[in-house]
Amino acid sequence: MRIPCPYCGPRDSSEFSYLGDAAPTRPDPAAPGAEDAFFDYVYLRDNPAGPLEELWFHASGCRQWLKVLRDTRTHLISGAVFARPKAEVAR
Amino acid sequence: MRYSFLSVLLNGLSGQRGWKPAWRDAAPKPAYDVVIVGGGGHGLATAYYLAKVHGIRNVAVIEKGVIGSGNAGRNTTIVRSNYLLPGNEPFYEWSMKLWEGLERELNYNAMVSQRGVLNLYHSDAQRDAYARRGNAMRLNGVDSELLDAEGVRAMYPFLDFANARFPIRGGLLQRRGGTARHDAVVWGYARAADRLGVDIIQNCEVTGFLSEGSTITGVETTRGPIRAGKVGLAVAGSSSRVAAKAGLRLPIESHVLQAFVSEGLKPLIDGVVTFGAGHFYISQSDKGGLVFGGDIDGYNSYAQRGNLPVIEDVAEGGMALMPRIGRVRLLRHWGGIMDMSMDGSPIIDRTPRPGLYLNAGWCYGGFKATPASGWCFAHLLAKDAPHETASAMRLDRFRTGHLIDEKGVGAQPNLH
Repeated sequence: MRIPCPYCGPRDSSEFSYLGDAAPTRPDPAAPGAEDAFFDYVYLRDNPAGPLEELWFHASGCRQWLKVLRDTRTHLISGAVFARPKAEVAR
Repeated sequence: MRYSFLSVLLNGLSGQRGWKPAWRDAAPKPAYDVVIVGGGGHGLATAYYLAKVHGIRNVAVIEKGVIGSGNAGRNTTIVRSNYLLPGNEPFYEWSMKLWEGLERELNYNAMVSQRGVLNLYHSDAQRDAYARRGNAMRLNGVDSELLDAEGVRAMYPFLDFANARFPIRGGLLQRRGGTARHDAVVWGYARAADRLGVDIIQNCEVTGFLSEGSTITGVETTRGPIRAGKVGLAVAGSSSRVAAKAGLRLPIESHVLQAFVSEGLKPLIDGVVTFGAGHFYISQSDKGGLVFGGDIDGYNSYAQRGNLPVIEDVAEGGMALMPRIGRVRLLRHWGGIMDMSMDGSPIIDRTPRPGLYLNAGWCYGGFKATPASGWCFAHLLAKDAPHETASAMRLDRFRTGHLIDEKGVGAQPNLH
């Protein structure tokens, strides 16, 4: 697999480390129902067979977190963007 | 037909024309007491023990493709019970005991070979961890021996003991561990279940569930609806996809694990050896091929094939362990889809949907568990209560915090 890093260009997947599904977002611990929300966030996954947005870290490159769209049935990678918008990274 | 020396002899004399198919290729009936989804080792074993132990014979096993074509036909055939944690060890030891009597039980040659499983250690810290695991095994009545380097050398003199980075200091040996012929396990359970009246229905994919309110009352399949008193899922690799049809989200990710076999060689390695400084395990099949593997690829996948970085990693592990295999050629390599659970341990439990039962999350340790998984899942389906050796393998343990995290890496499935 080659991941098209927006900063470094296409690089072999062995340069990256994998976190997983990009969808779960850390819940607010002060919100009501936080216990259920954290259970969902930490343990439950959609685990789809098909396109999946996931987080990869370019450890041996630009050391940026990327959001990569990859099909779990074919390993076809159709795009990669910085996980955080540029403005947010710059701050 | 009962298989025996006499049946082999008579069929040999009559040109092998007397053999009958080992099981019927059944068509689905409108309803069963229990429908097992998934015709792998676990599903077929479940059906067999339902019929044999609990007397529930109106059972169907439905399989999307042909039986044994998933992970049951893709593993590295190792059987062992060298676990640490109290939630796991009694279960895997029960499985080991069932392996020891399996061939007589099924009247089928599953080629169970207790050739010993040796886990090597390479540092003082790793020795201490293995001593602890060996002691935990003994406390559960399981055999284990902690060997020093000389003890390992007496068994496998050709290993790279003087490796500068990862010298071999010794190993934890379970002599009762070994290998079994994976396909024969599937075929043996299928034949034995069929003889007790279980319908094995192939090329029958589940497309949805029948329900009344929240209760599951059957399955929709590509060969029509089948009503069932209870439905059991044993579809590791695809658990999330099938459970999603019943509206469930599981603490599971699907990952690809690759395995390898070399060209046939003369007898070289007579047990199972694992490299402790990387992840590499190797044994030799009765045909002579070296069967080996390593880590999962590490990313979600349903592709049943992996990528080159892990192949390189496995090859490096092999070379660090036994450099003499450096010029051996690979014959085949393949991938299978693992149900990687969030704590690295399996789930055998009821689900929030009444009538639906789950057997899932086997990570890459499902083959050795086949007999006990079937035994405990059948117990759960028949009695609606967990078997004593599988009582910790609950679905709600992630919510309550009672994890069985053998490796201690937390909720990161690609690290288990």
